Amino acid sequence: MKNKTDTAVRPGFSEGKAAAKPKTGFLREIWQNKFLYFLVLPAALYTFVYGYLTLPYLAIAFERYDFRKGIFSDFIGLKNFRFFFDSSWAWVVTRNTVVLNFLFILVGSVCAILLALLLNEVRGKKFLKASQSSMLFPFFISWIIVSYMLEGLLNTQTGMLNRLIENFGGERISFYTQPKYWYPILILLRIWKNTGYSSIIYLAAITGIDEGLYEAAYIDGANRWKRIWYITMPLLLPTVMILTLMDIGRIFYGDFGMFYAIIRDNGSLMPIAEVIDTYVFRTFKLTGDPGVSMAIGLYQSIVGFVLVFGSNWITRKYYPEGALF
Amino acid sequence: MLNNKITFSQVLINLFVGLFALLCILPFVLVIITSLSTERSITMNGYSFFPSEWSLEAYSVMFGPSSSIPRSYLVTTTATLIGTLAAVIITYGAGYTLANRQCRYRNGLALYFFITMIFSSGLVPWYMISKAIHTYDNIWALIVPSLLFSPFNLFLVRNFIKEIPESLNESARIDGAGEVRIAFQIYFPLSLPVLATITLFYAIGYWNNYFNAVMLINNEKMYPLQMMLFKIQSEIRMMSQMVQGVNLNPPKESFKMATSVVTMGPIILLYPFLQRYFIKGIVVGAVKG
Repeated sequence: MKNKTDTAVRPGFSEGKAAAKPKTGFLREIWQNKFLYFLVLPAALYTFVYGYLTLPYLAIAFERYDFRKGIFSDFIGLKNFRFFFDSSWAWVVTRNTVVLNFLFILVGSVCAILLALLLNEVRGKKFLKASQSSMLFPFFISWIIVSYMLEGLLNTQTGMLNRLIENFGGERISFYTQPKYWYPILILLRIWKNTGYSSIIYLAAITGIDEGLYEAAYIDGANRWKRIWYITMPLLLPTVMILTLMDIGRIFYGDFGMFYAIIRDNGSLMPIAEVIDTYVFRTFKLTGDPGVSMAIGLYQSIVGFVLVFGSNWITRKYYPEGALF
Repeated sequence: MLNNKITFSQVLINLFVGLFALLCILPFVLVIITSLSTERSITMNGYSFFPSEWSLEAYSVMFGPSSSIPRSYLVTTTATLIGTLAAVIITYGAGYTLANRQCRYRNGLALYFFITMIFSSGLVPWYMISKAIHTYDNIWALIVPSLLFSPFNLFLVRNFIKEIPESLNESARIDGAGEVRIAFQIYFPLSLPVLATITLFYAIGYWNNYFNAVMLINNEKMYPLQMMLFKIQSEIRMMSQMVQGVNLNPPKESFKMATSVVTMGPIILLYPFLQRYFIKGIVVGAVKG
């Protein structure tokens, strides 16, 4: 019963050193396997341009950007950073990004695991297939269409929810002007869209567990809850760990596609739903000054990088099977 | 599994699962129904599963002579087809090489790709590079930046191919198959499950993307569908804020929803086929062995 659910996402560049093979020179190796290197070339080139070539541009964060001079503009030290960190937005967007992502991860994984456990107990094959298909559907739909659906529900004049409230004698709620409703709304949206998808991986891990274990536990008198708690959960843990770890590494990155589609330029919701990514975008679009946007972007990249390494380091120390690299 | 009795908890579980499944589908039904109702019934009764009046007006406007939706459809379709095809080939090539034990630098290359997964410089360099290489304000802007290659998919493919026994490669070589033949006529068909999965990932990525258009497209003739949808919304907001002067009352809400329906169209049509491969591909790609 080897549970390898997530090897798919592990980069694994440190294992499997080539078996005894005569050492040849660099050029010789390239020539010998020229077809293989030719195949990897487009991807390598793309990654070079959109990955490594972006690094020199980081200098802009410390410069007063001038379109004629490009990345060789005048050095102004940390002024761009100060501009951002002196504004109240620095705290607001950081908090929104981290808190919302944290809630997405927490509520999201709990729901996905719960759903996978439930799906695992469903007996009817056809029913299982049909419900899994419909749960997966929202995953394929763009956030813009989701934003329309949401409006159909919440719109003050025409929204179904408001009509319902009114029918029960309540007062209409102007959702789009009141930030206090939006943490729950955003979390629910996220769950609605992604749970079907994330539960697939968990369900696959659960079905990969050796049936014999359950039978043995059953004979020993373990009821369903005990079997879930003492067999399924521990064996599911590596999968949970690695997926959560990947998410924590991305906790500093807001989902632009989601937030910009749902919130758009709605100023009254920004205090609660403006995330770093949408803020960088707005600064760049509105001020047209790449310096400050780059500074915020660099702040995001560095903290994000530290978070990936930190969470991986902790995992590797206490739970090596769950580590990403 | 163990006992086949229909228990109370079994019923409860099915009920809950069914309810959630229904919840995932109902909003789409609402979108379709709204697209088929008259503007008046929406303003009077709100969004409803049972509109008082039905109409095809939104669709006739959408496919009418002054509509820009058909052109956007063409833009999105072109970008999706070209992009997905190129992306899958690029990713397969890289994944194949990284899985091949003949390639001595495969681990170094894996690291090279992995680094860009955990450190990204963000929006500004991305924008400037896209502009510098002229993937800006043309169809390539909707194909190349961000969407053409994802290291995540690369590792998915590599790990899949790695599971194929190496002896296959050796025996093919002994039988006299050339490098190209081994890569594309032997390993390629064997990798179909994972290729189907990444095809779907890439295609959905292209179809649903609006970020590239927001950032890199100024010419409205080059707007993809999602961007069109996005714009309709803000235009309608502006229209509703203006004083009603001209006697012009286009179907706004139903038009929005009708556009959503045609945007979802290909996904809905291909869905039964897609999701079968998708679940299989993810499960095979992730739980091999």
